Amino acid sequence: MTASTAQPHSASAANDRRQAPMRGPLVRRSSREGFKVNWWLTALMLVASLTILLPLYFTVAMALKSADQIGTGTGLAWPLPMNWNNFAEAYVATNFPKAFLSTAFVTVFSVLGALASSSLVAYAIVRNWHRKFFRGSFVYLLSAMFIPFPVIILPLIKQTALLGLDNPGGVIFLHVLGGISFNTLLYIAFVRSIPVELEESARMDGATTWQVFRKIIFPLLAPMNATVGIFAFLGSWNDFLLPQMMIADPALQTLPVVQMLFQGEFNTDYSLAFASYLMAMAPTLVVYILAQRWVLSGVMRGAVK
Amino acid sequence: MTTTSSVGQATPPSTRHTASADSPPVGSPPLRQTRDKVDPTFYWMLIPVLALFAFFITLPALVGVFFSLTNYAGYGDWKFIGLTNYVNIFKDPAVLQSYLFTFFFALTTTVVVNVVSLAIALGLNAKIKWRTGIRTVFFIPMVLSALIVSFVFNYLFSNTLPVLAERFGLTPLASSILANENLAWIAIVLVTVWQAAPGATIIYLAGLQSVPSEVYEAADLDGAGSWRQFTHLTLPLILGYLVINVILGFKGFLGTYEIIVGLTGGGPGMATQSVAMRIFSGFTGGDYSYQMANAVIYFLITLLISVIQLRLIQRRGVSL
Repeated sequence: MTASTAQPHSASAANDRRQAPMRGPLVRRSSREGFKVNWWLTALMLVASLTILLPLYFTVAMALKSADQIGTGTGLAWPLPMNWNNFAEAYVATNFPKAFLSTAFVTVFSVLGALASSSLVAYAIVRNWHRKFFRGSFVYLLSAMFIPFPVIILPLIKQTALLGLDNPGGVIFLHVLGGISFNTLLYIAFVRSIPVELEESARMDGATTWQVFRKIIFPLLAPMNATVGIFAFLGSWNDFLLPQMMIADPALQTLPVVQMLFQGEFNTDYSLAFASYLMAMAPTLVVYILAQRWVLSGVMRGAVK
Repeated sequence: MTTTSSVGQATPPSTRHTASADSPPVGSPPLRQTRDKVDPTFYWMLIPVLALFAFFITLPALVGVFFSLTNYAGYGDWKFIGLTNYVNIFKDPAVLQSYLFTFFFALTTTVVVNVVSLAIALGLNAKIKWRTGIRTVFFIPMVLSALIVSFVFNYLFSNTLPVLAERFGLTPLASSILANENLAWIAIVLVTVWQAAPGATIIYLAGLQSVPSEVYEAADLDGAGSWRQFTHLTLPLILGYLVINVILGFKGFLGTYEIIVGLTGGGPGMATQSVAMRIFSGFTGGDYSYQMANAVIYFLITLLISVIQLRLIQRRGVSL
């Protein structure tokens, strides 16, 4: 939902290619012109990648500047000497540890909730597809994808406030429920590919449905768990709208919302602001760089579904 | 028999021996259409989620529709006023302006995002050196918070760019484009493209990799050039992916919010105020019921667009 634009589609095209993506040059049409590297295109792509790298460089450079060094320049020059103190000041100004913990709390439980709820729902629906109630539930959950978020937000905020859910806990609920249509859709395609025979032998041995799910189905869902987990993680960590509107106590706000602090009309302390931006962006950036192959293959799996 | 026993023990650990005891091996819960009895466990998996979903998603939607027919300000007394809110919305230039801006923005951004991300996907799929590294870089925006990214670009547009423009004598750009009501939308489109392109690129990449290499070998033998191969082979073969990107993109961009908050806050004046921002203003502006009517109209419009898009897909027979 709020992760919106980065979401992959749900069509089942190219299902048979599921294993292929992101395997490196092997699967590509390398036989076409041998292995000749296209240097012109490489150069073009390198130049194009500057559109991504420059703003990031700029953020780092700004975060290391003192107020004097920013002055009236472009902000693009690398600061010498570097002013590491900005991070310490931003750490205090935003109460970073608290915002970080709040964000981490929301993210961890949103991810766990998304994994548990949508995999269970998908399993129940697929195995009872011939029953009207389950098929109807599927259509009902899916119909939520047509309801834009702005439509429910105002009554929703009132409702959660009445229930005392105007805190990170309430945000978790909404993150899980808001993503459930899409995540269930991802899981359903995957559960369908698991043969029922796998379960039947376990049931012969007297396993209950819960046991079958925990011991057989859920482990088999591992690749889809990764995909759903990545989307849930990114959507939850970076979400601004829901925490901003729902969490009443400013002390419990999440990292993206805390950055609003630097948008005051009279605030000109840009070095502090950029140090803070960088600290808020760093966790996802570091995780992504370290696990990029894994993250991309997970996202790709979502894309071909 | 089995019904009651497992209903009472929804928690996994305790079901272990009882369930196996009273469900005979042959009659384990039906998996296909073998019997009429459903294993109640399946209801336990589904119903709690359904209930929460109804309560937190469906109920607010209904409550919203209800209050759109009242004069509720967000607090205090209210009474029914029928369709007055709806009538007023059609006469409200601020609301009309926000719809015009939002649709113009969503259309433009959809086109630019798809052109850019298809180009990137083609580049990443071609035989380039350091593919993994370049790919890593291009997908970075996907993991960053849109709001923080917009704050960074805000400074670039309002300070860095004017200073640079002045240095090179480009006077039209010497003042911040964010403060110019005719140009501010360009900044919003650019940042949205920056942020949304990786998601679309991934889908295109998946599409490009689903095209078997034999197709290109055949085209090479026939002497088709790269451009002809692109327009006659690649494009038709990945049409389904393009459709998906356009639909998802357009729908997402209609709800744009964070990037505008980070760049212009809807300004200058109301030049870049999106429908979503208008609706959210009902939260603090005392016109709660009025903005709920706005939200209902917004919902109907997006629904209409979705239906039209689905129809078009069916008519053209695009296989998804």
